[in-house]
Amino acid sequence: MADPRTHRLRLWTSALTVGAVLLAVLLVPPLVQLDEQAVDLSKKLLPPSWAHPFGTDDVGRDLLLRCVYGLRISLLVGLVAALVATVLGTAVGAAAGALGGWTDRTLMRLVDAFSSVPHLLLGIFVVALFRPGVWPVIASVAVTHWLSTARIVRSEVLSLRARPHIEAAVSGGASRRRVAVRHLLPAVLPQAGLAAVLMVPHAMWHESALSFLGLGLPSHQASLGNLVQSARSSLLAGDWWPTLFPGLFLILPTLAIAGLAGVWRDRLNPRRRSELML
Amino acid sequence: MLELHAITAGYEPRRPVFRGASLTVAPGEAVGLLGPSGCGKSTLARVAALLHRPDAGRLVLDGTEVTAWRHRAPRAWRTAVGVVFQQPRTAADPRLRLADLIAEPLRATGRKTEAADRVAELAPAVGLTPDLLTRRPHEVSDGQLQRACLARALSLSPRWLVCDEMTAMLDASTTAALVAAVETYRAETGAGLLAVGHDRVLLDRWCDRTVDWKDCLPAGTMA
Repeated sequence: MADPRTHRLRLWTSALTVGAVLLAVLLVPPLVQLDEQAVDLSKKLLPPSWAHPFGTDDVGRDLLLRCVYGLRISLLVGLVAALVATVLGTAVGAAAGALGGWTDRTLMRLVDAFSSVPHLLLGIFVVALFRPGVWPVIASVAVTHWLSTARIVRSEVLSLRARPHIEAAVSGGASRRRVAVRHLLPAVLPQAGLAAVLMVPHAMWHESALSFLGLGLPSHQASLGNLVQSARSSLLAGDWWPTLFPGLFLILPTLAIAGLAGVWRDRLNPRRRSELML
Repeated sequence: MLELHAITAGYEPRRPVFRGASLTVAPGEAVGLLGPSGCGKSTLARVAALLHRPDAGRLVLDGTEVTAWRHRAPRAWRTAVGVVFQQPRTAADPRLRLADLIAEPLRATGRKTEAADRVAELAPAVGLTPDLLTRRPHEVSDGQLQRACLARALSLSPRWLVCDEMTAMLDASTTAALVAAVETYRAETGAGLLAVGHDRVLLDRWCDRTVDWKDCLPAGTMA
């Protein structure tokens, strides 16, 4: 049985975390006017203190500032890549499901071909084609992440097409466009939207993985993957803060976004919404 | 006339569910089609409602031979036949309130302005009270939802009604109410009816004649 209190707790915890993250990445850089790349070797590897709440890295840069800037880049990559992948996946999946026949078979074999390559490998191939930067990373994540959305949307459209309520709409004189806009898309978009929101944290992790491997953003640019990568050597020396805080900055927002996606999923389901008395 | 001549239909190439089924319904006539589960009577009903293209055979609707099915069929052909399905849960868009569900064919055919009046007229005819019209499908019973589905099928005043096991999921009183609503509509408009079902007693009482599925097939064959 659904528990409305748990639902509300999850909503508020996730919303507050996402709100705080958004405020931090949107407001801190223009307000504090500090250079996150400013090197001060006299302050290298200082542990957390009032002056530097997250400590400093191996060249004396403030880690709190670096984490905020890194999170900003990771969120940008996550949001744009998820949006591009969702639009691409929805278009391919809807076309395959709605048109059927050869179109369906050709498009889904294309999806199978992409799926047959490990997606990190495919991602590495895409970034290797370009100079390091944000857009190649976004392209790499988008190209490797539209496949699951295409499959979800196709299977939803296929299952909906055969349902009597679509047949009733056809029998009631609805045009193809009306069936698509009034009955198929509203049923599919929540699933696609949910897939997109769930893809944001995944895309952030993917960006971090590419940067950790040295294939993502240029190493001087603050991204969460770069921060964790450059802190590996200091972790072995016993300095824990350069890896812990970027790691937390990666985990907490991604959990919060996934939590909001869960709340969204509950609200989309009319039966579940009634149970929760929303 | 609604004429189905030597219809062969199925869902996989070269593996039809049945071959050569024929059935005729005269204007104003109520015909019951009786047959066991899985024999293909619902598929034949879907062919008659222009929802399934047959592999072979002819469908003649009011003297015009039907050459296109589903969206390829002109809207006037499709809306000439109202359909009520067996399971109201799957036949109703879960996002629509019952009033919108009933009005959907009117809105789909550009008659939005008539929707409110037609819903107000149809709801009492099928036994739906005004408070039910604002509810969504999961908030009403199967019987109430099937009443809304019947009202939707009647909303465009079709000349033909196809009821595919319309009452199979329902209790006796709801069955009686739905059959009465169909008969009132037919008495007012002279519409023809093809009622598909398992229940010989019900079909014998409801329809002018009841046809056994095996009598629709060519002599010596039984799918």
